[in-house]
Amino acid sequence: MKNFLQKIPEQVKRLSVLLIVVIVVFIVATSLLTPKDFGLVGHYRASAIKINADQKMQYAGQEACADCHDDMWKTKNAGFHKNLSCEVCHGPSLNHVNEPDQFKPDKPRDRIFCPVCHEYNPSRPTGFPQILSASHNPRRICVTCHNPHNPTPPQTPKECSACHAEISSAKSVSSHMDIPCTKCHEASDKHKLHPREYLPTKPANREFCGQCHSQDAKGDKFIPRINMATHEPRYVCWQCHYPHLPEAQ
Amino acid sequence: MKNNIIETDKKVERRSFLKKIAILALAPIAFGFLGSTDKLKTVKKWMLENGYIPSNHKWGMGIDISKCIGCGRCAVACKNENNVPKEPFFFRTWVERYRIYEDGDVQVDSPNGSIDGFDNIRTTNKKMLRSFFVPKICNHCDNPPCVQVCPVGATFKGEDGVVLVDSDYCVGCRYCIQACPYGARFLHPETHTAEKCTFCYHRIVQDKLPACVEVCPTQARVFGELNKKSSPLVRFLRMNKIGILKPSLNTEPKVYYANLDMEVK
Repeated sequence: MKNFLQKIPEQVKRLSVLLIVVIVVFIVATSLLTPKDFGLVGHYRASAIKINADQKMQYAGQEACADCHDDMWKTKNAGFHKNLSCEVCHGPSLNHVNEPDQFKPDKPRDRIFCPVCHEYNPSRPTGFPQILSASHNPRRICVTCHNPHNPTPPQTPKECSACHAEISSAKSVSSHMDIPCTKCHEASDKHKLHPREYLPTKPANREFCGQCHSQDAKGDKFIPRINMATHEPRYVCWQCHYPHLPEAQ
Repeated sequence: MKNNIIETDKKVERRSFLKKIAILALAPIAFGFLGSTDKLKTVKKWMLENGYIPSNHKWGMGIDISKCIGCGRCAVACKNENNVPKEPFFFRTWVERYRIYEDGDVQVDSPNGSIDGFDNIRTTNKKMLRSFFVPKICNHCDNPPCVQVCPVGATFKGEDGVVLVDSDYCVGCRYCIQACPYGARFLHPETHTAEKCTFCYHRIVQDKLPACVEVCPTQARVFGELNKKSSPLVRFLRMNKIGILKPSLNTEPKVYYANLDMEVK
């Protein structure tokens, strides 16, 4: 044995001592620095699973809503929106479930919200109900005609628009949208049966438009006013302004 | 004679040496055997108290492309649920729009990750051949490249198949972000640790659906167990023709797409 040790060159002896020191330091360091739960279930800290699982929830899930709002729940589940979770529209509501009085869920009512799903987009699957919001009753909010908890296509009155669709769609995007056709045209019921024989009336003079647009007219302030005496007195209004879309130039 | 003695000495030496080696090799195995009964207890101490045992589950997700309407509610819900930074380039899930034109040109876009929905403005006069939306998410690969490259063991595939990040242990080296072939990871701008979809781990341990699945208005997303026949996901896999993203990489994703187009990558 002694012979054998003596035969080992000096540099190998020193290097091997160094190597042993390095190995020992490595083993001690890893055992000190590695977390105790590392490698219990795999090459990771077992407690990391708990960290991920302990995150706070925000969405309660629709079963939680049904506990209190069972009437709304039944209505929704009978209609076209039966697959929608309440929190799609009303937002994350776990806070509301825990403290109903303190936290109120969202109630989106503006015209931007519904078109997120229902605006026409060629990439959407065919058959999904879509509209062009620019021409679909602009300026009206969706919930005036559609009940979001039971959305069925509303029965739109098709009295004039059934035949005069172009006029009615032009009017629906104009500032005259809220004026019914009968304000300017008197149409008897017979017009529907015999449209050419019983024609509806048309405004005949400048004073008719002046009822709203002259300077002394009553009505809302935002209606544009003109001086009837000086504003192109030789013409009737509809020679320059198209009454069904007065914004058009 | 002298030679003989030396020879026997050598023999004894060799035998005892082999014995010692055998003991050294077997000792840790025997130790592990004795310790295995206590192992579950120790593991439970570090993990969960609510009775959720990861090894009993194997989670996956199904996405039906023909049902997706591109409303982006999933991306919104994910940001709300997981406190994902609101800036428009941090997403755990997002929706892409594919537009394929007659000349074979493919346009893919995802404005703000679909959070504000998609516009329907025409960008070219070319005739569109087909178009659809593809929700994207971490694929929770069974063979995850991100886990392989993590130098500290801060990202891992749990026993339930969910790929998670240990945010307290992550050093923020970004290696996993580069390794992910699906672009599903990002570096959190404040904590400077890697972040990704967890299948809403905090929800699924409580028997709740992930937030994106919960809010999907057309049920385009299906979530469930892969190894239980009664789960909605297994039904989804049975009823649809299934594709996965980048099958050539052999990552074995656990997010399955129905009606997947060849252009989707």
